[in-house]
Amino acid sequence: MPTVEFQGKSFNVDEDGFIDDYKNYCEEWVQYVKSQEGIDELNDEHKKVITVLREYYEKNGIAPMVRVLSKVTGFKLKHIYELFPSGPGKGACKMAGLPKPTGCV
Amino acid sequence: MSDETPKPDELFGKIDYRTPAKGWMDTPVNIRKGMYCYASNPKSVKNLGLPNARAWNPLEDDWKLPENWQQILHEGFKERLDKFRSIKIFMDICVRCGACADKCHFFIGTGDPKNMPVLRAELLRSIYRNDFTPTGKIFGRLAGARPMTLEVLKEWWYYLFQCSECRRCSVYCPYGIDTAEITIFGRELLNLIGLNIDWIATPVSNCYNTGNHLGIQPHAFKDMLNFFVEDIEEITGIHVEPQYNKKGADILFITPSGDVFADPGTYTCMGYMLLFHYLKEKYGLDVTWSTYASEGGNFGFFTSHETMKRLNAKMYNEARRLGVKWILGGECGHMWRVISQYMDTMNGPADFLETPVNPITGTRFENAASTKMVHIAEFTADLIRHGKLELDPGRNDNKIISFHDSCNPSRGMGMFDEPRYVIKNVANNFYDMPANTIREQTFCCGSGSGLNAGEDMELRMAGGLPRANAVKHVHETYGVNMLACVCAIDRAALPTSMEYWVPDVDVTGVHELVANALILPGEQDRTTDLRGEPLPGMEDADEG
Repeated sequence: MPTVEFQGKSFNVDEDGFIDDYKNYCEEWVQYVKSQEGIDELNDEHKKVITVLREYYEKNGIAPMVRVLSKVTGFKLKHIYELFPSGPGKGACKMAGLPKPTGCV
Repeated sequence: MSDETPKPDELFGKIDYRTPAKGWMDTPVNIRKGMYCYASNPKSVKNLGLPNARAWNPLEDDWKLPENWQQILHEGFKERLDKFRSIKIFMDICVRCGACADKCHFFIGTGDPKNMPVLRAELLRSIYRNDFTPTGKIFGRLAGARPMTLEVLKEWWYYLFQCSECRRCSVYCPYGIDTAEITIFGRELLNLIGLNIDWIATPVSNCYNTGNHLGIQPHAFKDMLNFFVEDIEEITGIHVEPQYNKKGADILFITPSGDVFADPGTYTCMGYMLLFHYLKEKYGLDVTWSTYASEGGNFGFFTSHETMKRLNAKMYNEARRLGVKWILGGECGHMWRVISQYMDTMNGPADFLETPVNPITGTRFENAASTKMVHIAEFTADLIRHGKLELDPGRNDNKIISFHDSCNPSRGMGMFDEPRYVIKNVANNFYDMPANTIREQTFCCGSGSGLNAGEDMELRMAGGLPRANAVKHVHETYGVNMLACVCAIDRAALPTSMEYWVPDVDVTGVHELVANALILPGEQDRTTDLRGEPLPGMEDADEG
């Protein structure tokens, strides 16, 4: 499993750069994904998406479907892409420390 | 889509059908990024109790195989030649006529000769000859035999995960060789030494633990359906109440978890919910969902027979536990091949269930007499045929629709007419694609059999080309803007493929169209379809 070093922290990640364990999420991880995603500044909207994702994951053990994320945050999918250029999965979920979903998706 | 995936023109331009300079045995495998899926996560492999759980990387030389891997494969091969007579026959009878060669979407889209079904099978047959036939043992390469080496193993892995088990090639084989069975057999052998891909291994592991590929726990499953309940109420003014795990219900409904989670399958899911509500209100139909048997798909089928059997069993165990009469299945693809062609001798016969009878029409589904499981397209077609649904097809008038026959419901269970009959009754604009690309000759979406990951996007787009090409034809000729299908992998894969090859075409499940047209007792004036898009003629209406 590849390892990334960032701001003095070390993270194990999968092939797509998702963190190996939700529990290893921390501020440095957020900063690392921010740099990877090419996001200039994290604003309140980014933070809202991350908070919603993490709260949903803690309750349900899975990322919310895109429609739920959109409804709860009030952001249309297009806007989520503006916030996270790689999209809700490979951008936002990655930053929130969630694993990537697999199956008929 | 990754920036590294070639653009459509570039991908199309590099397809090369010319005969390679060297013979196939002398062409070493080149495992290339974009064309393969990541290796299985050891946690998932371990959870399933399958062999050789460890982290490994297909691009590295050392695949961390068991020391005696050749022996394991040889013995595994031998055991299955005795167990599956079909495999023995398929190993022996091919005359390499080439009828299958240009029928594979992966060959058409890549030009790689090892994606000709005959040659994909030959990768295994060459070892079969070497290990199990006198001519192969004596004449070796002259008789098309070669020994198993690490190089050959890597070639197996690469090309067995470039086949989507769609069986289009088998339609054209004069001997009826089922090349999907050869891939299934090959993948089962690879799993003996821990060579699965993660897009298969992790869903299987999730399903084994939690009841579905995505790992949706019971409370989350209910939460997701409740989300649809709210959306349905906003759109129709009707409050639907799905039933969960209800003992003594007449019918257990099982659909792929993709329908509960991923767009556009979620709209199909809302379609089922509206239909069940309608039937309950009008005719008292008693349908229950299960939060345990919450997966129609079976990625175990892409791993090994034994894994498939384990996952399939839960559907029937749940039907028994709840005491339902029979099972209604949603719009899933490979679930139907597992049900129609394996279930009966694997976990069946399901004698504790009744031969399905539609309680509203009295139709007895003799075709499901053994498996006790009816496809929802058959069920809905029967309802329409008996005039039991009040429909306004005009609500779908802004959709010009074509139908993609999903490989398994078509070639795996012979269902061609029912989905078309349903679509034509719930919508006014329907155009089929050319005859050699539909029904039993349908082209795969390009991502079936567990290949719908993100990292093999070039492979998926190459494999999706023939289907997309036929869609492009009806798009340009008739203005088709909506591609309907009855499979969750299709609903996950085709939007990407359409966006890539035919950007103006969207993808829908059949029951999304049904629910758009269905006139519910007591509904409000509907201004939008299930996606919240304006209905025809309502484009200027205020939102909400």
